[in-house]
Amino acid sequence: MGSELDILVIDDEQVVLDAVEHICSAEGLQVKTAQDGPSALQALDQHRFRLVLCDIMMPEVDGFQVLSEVQRRFPQTPVIMSTGFSTVENAVKSLSAGAIDFVPKPFTADELLSTITRGLRYRGLLKTTGGRSVASDDSRGFTVPCPARYSRLGYMSWTVMESDGSALIGVSHAFARTIEGISSIETVAEQEEIVQGIQCAQIHTTAELTHSVLSPLSGKIIERNLRLEKDPHIVEKDPYFAGWLYRIIPSDPDYELSQLTPCGSDAV
Amino acid sequence: MLKRIGPKLILLVGATAITIVGLFAYLSLEAMRTGMLGEVERHANQLSETVRASTRYAMLLNERDHIRQIVRSISQQQDIGKVRILNKLGEIIYSSVETDVGMMVDKDAEACYSCHSADRPLERLPIKERTRVFQVHPDSSRYLGIITPINNEQSCWSAPCHAHPRERTVLGVLDVALPLSDADRTLAKIRLELVLSALASFFGISLIIGLFVRRWVDRPVKELVHATQAVADGNLSYTIKERHNDELGVLAGSFNNMTRRLADARMQLFQSDKLASLGRLAAGVAHEINNPLTGVLTYSSFLMRRTQDRPEIQDDLKVIVRETIRCREIVKSLLDFARQSVPKKVEASVNEIIDRAVHVAKNQLTVHSIQLVKETANELPKVTVDANQIQQVFLNLIVNAVDAIGPRGGTITISSALLHLSPRGITQVRKAQCGKRHSLIDEEVRIGGLPSIGVRAVFGSTEGTVHLDPVYGRHSHQYGLTVPVGSEVQFSCTECQTSLIDPSLQCPLCSAQLCVIDTPGQGLLEVCSRRGCDYEHWETVDNGGLREYVEIKVSDTGSGISADDLPRIFEPFYTTKGQKGTGLGLSVIWGIIDNHNGAISVASELGQGTTFTIRIPVRQPR
Repeated sequence: MGSELDILVIDDEQVVLDAVEHICSAEGLQVKTAQDGPSALQALDQHRFRLVLCDIMMPEVDGFQVLSEVQRRFPQTPVIMSTGFSTVENAVKSLSAGAIDFVPKPFTADELLSTITRGLRYRGLLKTTGGRSVASDDSRGFTVPCPARYSRLGYMSWTVMESDGSALIGVSHAFARTIEGISSIETVAEQEEIVQGIQCAQIHTTAELTHSVLSPLSGKIIERNLRLEKDPHIVEKDPYFAGWLYRIIPSDPDYELSQLTPCGSDAV
Repeated sequence: MLKRIGPKLILLVGATAITIVGLFAYLSLEAMRTGMLGEVERHANQLSETVRASTRYAMLLNERDHIRQIVRSISQQQDIGKVRILNKLGEIIYSSVETDVGMMVDKDAEACYSCHSADRPLERLPIKERTRVFQVHPDSSRYLGIITPINNEQSCWSAPCHAHPRERTVLGVLDVALPLSDADRTLAKIRLELVLSALASFFGISLIIGLFVRRWVDRPVKELVHATQAVADGNLSYTIKERHNDELGVLAGSFNNMTRRLADARMQLFQSDKLASLGRLAAGVAHEINNPLTGVLTYSSFLMRRTQDRPEIQDDLKVIVRETIRCREIVKSLLDFARQSVPKKVEASVNEIIDRAVHVAKNQLTVHSIQLVKETANELPKVTVDANQIQQVFLNLIVNAVDAIGPRGGTITISSALLHLSPRGITQVRKAQCGKRHSLIDEEVRIGGLPSIGVRAVFGSTEGTVHLDPVYGRHSHQYGLTVPVGSEVQFSCTECQTSLIDPSLQCPLCSAQLCVIDTPGQGLLEVCSRRGCDYEHWETVDNGGLREYVEIKVSDTGSGISADDLPRIFEPFYTTKGQKGTGLGLSVIWGIIDNHNGAISVASELGQGTTFTIRIPVRQPR
């Protein structure tokens, strides 16, 4: 195994590879690129990577196959999925399969750097847990797993159905811990609709990065957590209870919950 | 020739007519012949009596010349053939034909036979047996002969002359023959008349039937056959003129109805199909465009990041980034549309959306000197819609109207109104299950673009699947097995085969059994199990009363759309604007309205203008 590089970028489109390499190099990151699945897997054999950024729609071996291969062989390497065919299904599937983020193309340099920064921090947190094998739950060894009865969208967000038929939505602890220095949270107004797998909030950081939160559930927002406006750090301190984002009336909870991972199963 | 109804009917009725008329003619001819013969017979008898009476005295006096004179003068009258008097021995004593006098008549001859066939001659015979009809030779006319015996009487044997012996009964016979030529002529004439009238009635009846069949059967049937061929060839807009209100007229009407519904169904299918291919295309395009856009966006935004100290470049870069992000949103919305994504529906006022759309188009209206008339209803209820999408619809229709009006100016009228419509024909069954709660909704088989209700059907020894129309009261069911119209079918669950028939219920229209389907949350849906019976009853939905719709009409006084283009304008890529349009606008509109469970229709007249009518349900079905 060769030296450890920062990022492996996999995309069948050269201009995307060039752009990502260009931007990351300017930030002092070492980037390796691969134009298809097989050469990516080859690169993974030759080097260790702190992060993988992978396109979904590629000929022969697609992004999901690369993702599962990386999960199997390099569980300590976080993967960010991206695609020009950004559908709700692709987003949910990516996050459920273990990707830590989903970035729809086309993205700006800022969006790219934000997600990469988060990915690298994620990797850093994973590493601090040492050689411990990765837990089957969403804690991944460095965070608090989401409570039973909750359902989560990958390692990003959670939702819980309340007895009155509404649902609470928030970000997972893993997500909160990868954000350094929250400065503000930009939320969607009440009465607006949010859609599962689509961005529902943006978290701005002191480092002028912006992280997108993808919603775990679709529905109409009926209440926002106003405490977050004064003290956005609650999200980091108590993401599962006091740090909730929205209360929504879900539009299709039966189907959408089946797309999520129930937290209860993690605890066992 | 006999394969067609017309000739068959003509032949049948003609044969019947000719038989009846022929029989009638024969019978009446017979009656007439008998009557006329009787008349001649009576006349002959009378004549015989006259001769006998008038010659009696001369005979008593034995004045032979006198008798001869009488016979001759009587026989000279018109219509009297021959008068002869024969003696007992058969000798002709007097005759209207002089040369016959003195000749012997054979007793076995026809005239004598009736009396002399027995050994001893009969003395009295009824008149019938005394008459005979004969021809002198085959070509001559017929004669009726009558023999009258001249009986012996006291004055005969006591007369002083040649006094006959007393014991003789018959002294001689008087034979009078009358020609039947007149009667025969009359009969022949009547026979000819009857034959002619029989033929005339045959041809007359045939002609009338022929005309009738041609007018009321042949032509409509021919038209129907032509129409079915046209429909089979794919021309679903073919309609038959419904001229009559007889059975064929009803058939034509139901045929037209069928083709209309077929056309609707095909249109729906076509739209779904086109939209699906549009979706694939859009997905491909989105994917292809997003990659180069990534290049533009990443580089430009990166450049912007790195040149924060150079404000003169910053502004320009900002434009590039902003516009590229705009492209991203456009592609995203195309993708959203292509995926038929669930619109972001919120409660909104249709009138406000109209105002916003009009505001955006204001410039265009002024430039083209177009007057915009708003006839919006006050106090419309709010509708649950994606306001942006609906605004796009209105804007698109206004821009279309502006294009249709052209540079010469005109008027665009936008109206809104509240409608109350029956739930029948518009309410969709979204959930359906059997008694054991197996879902009956079949996503694979769609009717009018909507998932159908699939049920197992048993008819006789065959079984298959019947896909019921998910739209309440529309009845476009699809039978996967052969069931003749009017037959009852046993319905059951496709999964557990539990019967869906409720034996305690009866169709109020045709008394067939009812198929009962559970629609969770919306009670029971009853469907008649008889194919062809249109009975459906959905109590919960019916009880909900009329559905509220907001109807928006966008009319223009523009160039109009030709009847040929009209059915196709909602198809993707169909454009009449040439290079000016993409042909996507109206299909996108159709997709959006469809997504809102609404309906859009169009009416247009060339040179007069076009009206688009949109209906959006006030409450979205759950």
